[in-house]
Amino acid sequence: MSRGVRRQRVPVALLVPAGLGLAFLVLPLAGLLLRAPWTTLPRRLAEPGVLTALRLSLETATVATLLCVTLGVPLAWLLARVEFPGRRLVRALVTVPLVLPPVVGGVALLLVFGRRGLIGSWLDETFGVTLPFTTAGVVLAEAFVAMPFLVIAVEGALRGADPRYEEAAATLGAGRFTAFTRVTLPLVAPGVAAGAVLCWARALGEFGATITFAGNYPGRTQTMPLAVYLALETDLQAAIVLSLILLTVSVVILAALRDKWIGST
Amino acid sequence: MRMLLDAHLVAERDGFTLDVRLRIAAGEVVALLGPNGAGKTTALRVLAGLHPLVAGHLTLDGADLDRPDRRVWTPPERRPVGVVFQDYLLFPHLSALDNVAFGPRRRGADRRAARARAQEWLDRVGLGDQARRRPRQLSGGQAQRVALARALAVDPALLLLDEPLAALDARTRLDTRAELQRHLGAHSGATLLVTHDPLDALVLADRLVIVEHGRVVQEGDAATVTARPRTDYVARLVGLNLHRGRADGHAVTVGELALTTADTVHGDAFVAYPPAAVALHPSRPEGSPRNVWAATVTGVQRHGDNLRVQLTGPVEVAADVTPAAAAHLGLIPGRSVWAAVKAAETRAYPA
Repeated sequence: MSRGVRRQRVPVALLVPAGLGLAFLVLPLAGLLLRAPWTTLPRRLAEPGVLTALRLSLETATVATLLCVTLGVPLAWLLARVEFPGRRLVRALVTVPLVLPPVVGGVALLLVFGRRGLIGSWLDETFGVTLPFTTAGVVLAEAFVAMPFLVIAVEGALRGADPRYEEAAATLGAGRFTAFTRVTLPLVAPGVAAGAVLCWARALGEFGATITFAGNYPGRTQTMPLAVYLALETDLQAAIVLSLILLTVSVVILAALRDKWIGST
Repeated sequence: MRMLLDAHLVAERDGFTLDVRLRIAAGEVVALLGPNGAGKTTALRVLAGLHPLVAGHLTLDGADLDRPDRRVWTPPERRPVGVVFQDYLLFPHLSALDNVAFGPRRRGADRRAARARAQEWLDRVGLGDQARRRPRQLSGGQAQRVALARALAVDPALLLLDEPLAALDARTRLDTRAELQRHLGAHSGATLLVTHDPLDALVLADRLVIVEHGRVVQEGDAATVTARPRTDYVARLVGLNLHRGRADGHAVTVGELALTTADTVHGDAFVAYPPAAVALHPSRPEGSPRNVWAATVTGVQRHGDNLRVQLTGPVEVAADVTPAAAAHLGLIPGRSVWAAVKAAETRAYPA
């Protein structure tokens, strides 16, 4: 009768691969913790290079997320609420960066925003703005790979929200934009928050597109994942410390936001 | 009487065409009554600007809001129309007060003025002390009143209500209906109430417009509609047997049956009489009733203190009998009986 009394039988054929899968996911993280140089940790954390890379990572991931929210939420609304020819194609295009190897994304960004690129050359000549190998370039690379996460999450939330609330708002005198900001957006706020968290986590871990498009200059474009990669070649202990920090930051922020936003839906 | 709303609504939806003329005077409450799928809600959505008109026109308070032949269309947010939706659609993230203040705010009032107006309306519907509550904290009846206050707070020339009582339980419904009647009486604009419940329509409306299959089949005040139904649907709503036939003075021929009526009519005519006027006999009755025919029982249901017997034969008829009479006659489906109706209890009128 009650679930507590009757033990649920789990077939061995499922239990074994499930256990192996879990171990596969958890063991590397455990390895990281086991091999961490705990005694020298405080000193290593205080090294200026570490803090610089951490700050750069947090800042660029946050700015990239803001960029994704600003552009991605309206894009998600368009996909969810407006019938237009080629909508399926647009939706497919939005998800391309999800499956594209990030390095390829970085090359593609260079071709468009590089100094000889389609838009890059124009930006360079007209405004004297150069994007590749700058901090702004890091933000661009991160936003490129992270935006699909946000668009997909928000579009899903919008599809789940009753469009008749927008009709009710219209009968009360709200134009379509006002109905969106005053009614729809608050209704899908948990979805937007969930999308932003996913987007932020993806941006924080971004490596391939960043190193291709923005390079690896300490203090300017060297984010944590790049610092880990560089440290790995010279100093394994340093690489472990950096990885540990990245792991801690991601887990803490995800856990904090999950309780506050995502768990409630 | 000044007509506030003058509309000829022609709209299409899923291969279904609505073609309805509606005129509503200032202060008048009209009920659009009809079975499910008759096009009532489509008519309401067209009036609110949520569904396009393909032909006809919509004139409200002297202004053409819709006129497809002249390419005139007014978006919903610019119509002086308030809507109470069937499931209210109160914004779940706003308090009752902010829900009601939403309309005035969008129509140009500043925050303070909009909230003052909202508070005034909540007081008027008796929910002044619930202003800070979220919709999910309100009962069904309270949510209905907030929805009404929200629609009325923009002072609409036309108030639309879509099945305003359908979502409520029976007890709340009774109170809310009386309450609603009071507020509709005080509304100086035109009111259109969409419902499939005849009781709501009879209690709340000054005039009934009955639609079936997207067309108006009958309209008039409650007394006319209940006394002289013109379709089977209306007859069922008001609880009358209805036949259509050819009249020649006091005789109306319905199929193979000739009925004698008290009224005098010529040409196509309706004959209506209540189920209680139908007497059932085990054998052909002798004497006064002239309208007698053989019928077969197809069903028996409880109906108040009596039983309602469905009969087939030359005409389909419902008859109300007492349980004692039913027991005496042994009324079970398949049983043959004689039905009799006195001419004095029938009503005949031109079709």
